[in-house]
Amino acid sequence: MAKSITLTVNGKSYSGEADSRTLLVHFLRDALSLTGTHVGCVVGRCGACTVMWNGTAVKSCMVFAVQADGDEVVTVEGLVKDKRLHPLQQSFWKNDAVECGYCTPGMLMSAYGLLQKNRNPSDEQIKKAISGNLCRCTGYGNIVAAIKEAAGNFTK
Amino acid sequence: MYPASFEYLKPQSIEEAMALLTEHGEDAKLLAGGQSLVPMMKLRMARPKYLIDIHRLADLNYIREEAGQIRCGAMTRHIEIEESVLIRAQLPMLAVAASEIGDVQVRNRGTIGGGLVEADPCGDYAPVALAINAQFKCVGPKGERLIPAAEFFSFAYTTTLGADEILTEIIFPLPAQDSAGVYLKLERVAGDFAIVSAAVQCAVDKNGVCSAIGIGSAGGGTVPQKALAVEALLRGQKISPELLAKAGELIQVDAEPIEDMRGSAAYKKKALSAILRRAISEALRQAEAKRVS
Repeated sequence: MAKSITLTVNGKSYSGEADSRTLLVHFLRDALSLTGTHVGCVVGRCGACTVMWNGTAVKSCMVFAVQADGDEVVTVEGLVKDKRLHPLQQSFWKNDAVECGYCTPGMLMSAYGLLQKNRNPSDEQIKKAISGNLCRCTGYGNIVAAIKEAAGNFTK
Repeated sequence: MYPASFEYLKPQSIEEAMALLTEHGEDAKLLAGGQSLVPMMKLRMARPKYLIDIHRLADLNYIREEAGQIRCGAMTRHIEIEESVLIRAQLPMLAVAASEIGDVQVRNRGTIGGGLVEADPCGDYAPVALAINAQFKCVGPKGERLIPAAEFFSFAYTTTLGADEILTEIIFPLPAQDSAGVYLKLERVAGDFAIVSAAVQCAVDKNGVCSAIGIGSAGGGTVPQKALAVEALLRGQKISPELLAKAGELIQVDAEPIEDMRGSAAYKKKALSAILRRAISEALRQAEAKRVS
């Protein structure tokens, strides 16, 4: 049953039709063409589809698009400001925190969620924050280092 | 991956939610945080025709201290319980249990009421609720009732909540100031459901005697258990290594763990015994430290 919904994504208002059963991740990718958010396992295990929803990190494959009607969503595309990479993205680049890149959008959004709450996280806190994100290249060391370094340069 | 088609309903009040639940009966399911229900729907293990979203009913999201109790609205999120200053100070094992659930994304969405009603045999909240005799407030067409934690879980993924009832509040009696509580969980990987877990709240008097004790455990069967026999064994006793070993034996007597990918029944019995003994020792140590300070 299609329903008309309106979402604010990365500060911009979008309207579209969504079936009740359409997952938020599919709505973002298929209806809004925001393909930065990745589809991994689709059962909530890998975290590749992590986005910010009303200010907290969630897996967008565990949410129906209709649940987010009227809400605010930030995807990995929203991290770039004035065509400049976000400090987190710069730090991932600098620290070689990207191998195949599949998990990267989710890792970035989980890290973004952490830094919204905690500007000076310990390694343990960083590991806990990304424990819902799988990297099958097993490049976790560099990802933790990148988040740690970015924490110092982070701006909202 | 899509679930079967359904109609999404978003009531604005508990009363409206209850009316929808009464109207659609078995065809409806309540949606809380959706961190278990949504995957179950995608795997077609659940196929509700109507999904009633109660996650954002403000009347169901609160944590407050009242008359020697901590009351949590059923839609309070795991992250809010984990980070609650009140719960960390007054009932730290509940905050620990919340922090052990899933991962950050799951805790940002999942709710205490949703987790309890899901009734996974190894959910994290149940042992804590059982240890300190929490009560679950439910509302339905016939009014309100309180279900004691020990009467809430009837089988794996099954509770005594009526099909037309809504769990609205979880009431935790505050343990005595001089007592201490510990929640311990054994898991295969971070964020998984427990293989086994135990929650212990106890107090120690000046003679080193265990004056009060409450124990809840999970992993020993299809439902989480209140370990009444072990409580009775230890209450009023000085807990020697021999008595602790006996407690570890006793918890295995009635245990009938489910064999699954998390381990064999024989392994889980031993694991339950070990986790229980560790939780008791740690709770005793903390209670002793509290008494002295």
